[in-house]
Amino acid sequence: MQITLSVNGRSHTLDVPENTLLVDIIRERLRLTGTHVGCDTSQCGACTVHMDGRAVKSCTVLAGQADGASITTIEGIGTVDALHPMQAAFRECHALQCGFCTPGMIMTAIDLVENTSQLDGSTVREGLKGNLCRCTGYHNIVKAVLSAADKA
Amino acid sequence: MYRFRHHRPATVDEAARIFSDCEDPAYLGGGMTLIPTMKQRLAAPTDLIDLGRVDGLSGIRVSGEEIRIGAFTRHADVAASREVIHAIPALASLARQIGDMQVRNRGTIGGSVANSDPAADYPAAVVALGATVHTNRRRIAGDDFFKDLFETALEPGEIITAIDFPIPARAAYRKFPQPASRYAIVGVMVAELGGKARVGVTGAGPCAFRATALEEALNRGFDAAHLEGVEIPDAGFNTDMHASAEYRAHLVGVMAGQALAAL
Repeated sequence: MQITLSVNGRSHTLDVPENTLLVDIIRERLRLTGTHVGCDTSQCGACTVHMDGRAVKSCTVLAGQADGASITTIEGIGTVDALHPMQAAFRECHALQCGFCTPGMIMTAIDLVENTSQLDGSTVREGLKGNLCRCTGYHNIVKAVLSAADKA
Repeated sequence: MYRFRHHRPATVDEAARIFSDCEDPAYLGGGMTLIPTMKQRLAAPTDLIDLGRVDGLSGIRVSGEEIRIGAFTRHADVAASREVIHAIPALASLARQIGDMQVRNRGTIGGSVANSDPAADYPAAVVALGATVHTNRRRIAGDDFFKDLFETALEPGEIITAIDFPIPARAAYRKFPQPASRYAIVGVMVAELGGKARVGVTGAGPCAFRATALEEALNRGFDAAHLEGVEIPDAGFNTDMHASAEYRAHLVGVMAGQALAAL
């Protein structure tokens, strides 16, 4: 099937088999490998991207569902010289160990901060329920999200 | 994932027509259950009929004594809806407790209800509030909708278009979640509607049901004392690695008590 989607502000028209997952378009076709595949069963959240402004697990979105959508991946939110405030907070708070879950954590956290009026430790933990950190580095991740929310 | 065809009809009629022409079709809502199920080959439809581009299937409207929620309305939108929070706060709270944020951003109420997962949250509200399920063919009373494990009153090809929830005098939903999946090991909605108690239970049995023994107890007064000693028979209840039937029966009483306290 032919689909057109915008990824990080650039429009792409692609021919893909109908069983293609959004995460495979992002990683394999567009070579944006910052989005990770952890579990492929929609549990771990490492593949989280923004689809029309909301955090979604891209391993559980079909190509045809993403047709016409506006996608933002971890590559689209900041640069090495100008980090997104959430990336800066993760760096300042040392909110990563191995780093595998980090892109998904950051994309979820941005949605959480943008769409929640008041955040505290428990609402951040609740909001990050769909993202797993196998290093169990949650303490500093929560700290980073709260720090970014304070500055937002 | 295996090969399948992905259809994207623009109307309900077109969707139903495609369904009748396909070998082994399935309707696709948000895909939060169906896509993982297909990846595991627990389901292998030849054709997906995506309802995401059908006009008029999403949205929330309050009219008089009911809230109508379009079948393609996502959980996050129900949870955040000012109308729902104002009219049936228990329903917004239930939606906020489904899965995780990313799942709530994609999953739809029609998909959840049509799937009749024994541990899904919405079915408790459909039975507790005496909702009406609208389809492209008819209206189905919430009490008659859930038939068994993943079985509903829907006929092959039938499409849920909207669900009407009567606005109760008060209602509350409490669940004991499986900590990893957030599915309900047991979830109970207690409501007062038309002066009567209604209690909807999910997670405990093969599908959502009304706990009539608890309703009778609460009809003597919305008082925790009346719930004491009410028998919840565990015959036919689910037993799995998370909880036995006996434990689930116990949880029905506990969650009903918590919901009552939150009314």
